Amino acid sequence: MASTMHGPPGILVSGLHKSYGPVEAVRGVDLRIDPGETVALLGPNGAGKSTTIDVVLGLAQPDAGQVSVFGTTPADAVSAGRTGGMLQTGSLIEGLSVRELVTMVASLYPHPLDVGQVLETTGAESFAAQRTTKLSGGQAQRARFALALVGDPDLLVLDEPTAALDVEGRHDFWGSMRDIARNGKTVVFATHYLEEADAYADRIVVMARGRVVADGPATQIKARAGGRTIRATLPYADLGALRALPGVTGADLRGEAVVLACSDSDSALWALHSAFPDAHDIEVRGAGLEDAFLELVSGDQSEVAAP
Amino acid sequence: MSHATYLRYELVRTFRNRRFLFFSLGFPLLMFLLIAGANQSKRLDGIPFPLYYMTGMVSWGAMIAIISSGTRISAERQIGWARQLRITPLSTRTYFRSKVVGGYVMALLTIAVLYVAGSMLSVHLDARQWALMTLLLLIGLVPFAVLGIMLGHLLKPDSLGPAVGGVTSLFALLGGAWGPLSTSTTFVDIVKCIPSYWLVQSGKVALGGPGWPPLQAWVVLAVWTAALAWLAVAAFRRDTARLT
Repeated sequence: MASTMHGPPGILVSGLHKSYGPVEAVRGVDLRIDPGETVALLGPNGAGKSTTIDVVLGLAQPDAGQVSVFGTTPADAVSAGRTGGMLQTGSLIEGLSVRELVTMVASLYPHPLDVGQVLETTGAESFAAQRTTKLSGGQAQRARFALALVGDPDLLVLDEPTAALDVEGRHDFWGSMRDIARNGKTVVFATHYLEEADAYADRIVVMARGRVVADGPATQIKARAGGRTIRATLPYADLGALRALPGVTGADLRGEAVVLACSDSDSALWALHSAFPDAHDIEVRGAGLEDAFLELVSGDQSEVAAP
Repeated sequence: MSHATYLRYELVRTFRNRRFLFFSLGFPLLMFLLIAGANQSKRLDGIPFPLYYMTGMVSWGAMIAIISSGTRISAERQIGWARQLRITPLSTRTYFRSKVVGGYVMALLTIAVLYVAGSMLSVHLDARQWALMTLLLLIGLVPFAVLGIMLGHLLKPDSLGPAVGGVTSLFALLGGAWGPLSTSTTFVDIVKCIPSYWLVQSGKVALGGPGWPPLQAWVVLAVWTAALAWLAVAAFRRDTARLT
């Protein structure tokens, strides 16, 4: 991806591999995120999102590959107070009020924001005097968001920040998030929800099974992921002709079968039937995100040739 | 960037932990008041019993206080707070320093409370003796501060409670904090190799007892501190590798 930015990229990951015991969590991820971008890491559980985030935050060491944050190592970026993060798991320590805890963490950063201001931005002000042990799930999430923000980091990394929230809580959370992203911060967040990624990210990086399977502007990814796929047995198919059918956005061969990604599967099905009458064993499937990307985008050699 | 703020809130948290205050402060105090109170006029080794018993309870209570910093480390690992801190600019060094300082503040508080209780039961020492005893206690606590950090990285909170109880009791018992176990020379020669013996003796030396500082005291403390520090670093490494 060509960049018009000066200086080092916000995040540069190349050839990242990371295993935990026999589990290959990340199997060759390349990723470049420029300063000021808001990027969603979208994918199902086990896709490698959290592992990638852990490596970017310096919480995990890569088995292979390079990772830099603003041109330095993740650990140096963390020490310099340039990264802030909201991890997927973890509770708050007890014995302090929300305001005290945020003040405590703020004191660790070289140029923290005003604590009162951060509590207001994150909507934590109304319960700032409460002990951390007396918070609801949504309140705790806001407090954790305040902790991630208070150091005024250049890079904000959020690992499934809305996982514990109901629909309304999600809406509120992203409402406050939008203002923050506008201030030129680099923001990376992991999510399961396509709608979230679409609504709040400039760019979506789709991950599955430890790899990046799609990377592009939200609109493009959404168009690809939202449709259905048609699968049919059709020997010696002409992919060019298949791709030209109405309602078809992509076509791929799987041995004797073809897989069509469709924006309009109804038109595509009729067109396929008239243009290729010998197509048989036809299946139409609503493509879940994972399906859509595994079937089409990641129709790479390793999936086909997997032992 | 002020680590004073961080340390201040660490201490605030410790003082707000009532269970901890009860066991670290209340327990040795209660034992002292009950047992020394009932034997106020007796003498042991020619020393008034309350004074003798105070030095033992002070070493035991201070030992519990300082090892308990490990309890907080373990709890912070368990709930994922250690990971949250690792993505802030807080250095590992400062993290441990704050835990050790926190442990020492609690130990000093325990020491002060027992001194006051001792004075109430007619323990009289001159200022120099109080000061020397306190200084040697603080030095004698060094290996136990390191032991606390090691346990904090080795054990989960649910096994740490019993471990701290068992370890402190064993050290207190063998070191003579609850009274001399045996006067056989072989036994004394053996217990002279454990740090709690010298911790307890630090009280006795202020009484003009034989105590330390002979060279052996310093060697025993240094060797234990070095060995425990080595183990603590290994536990920390293993622990942070697993965290990831």
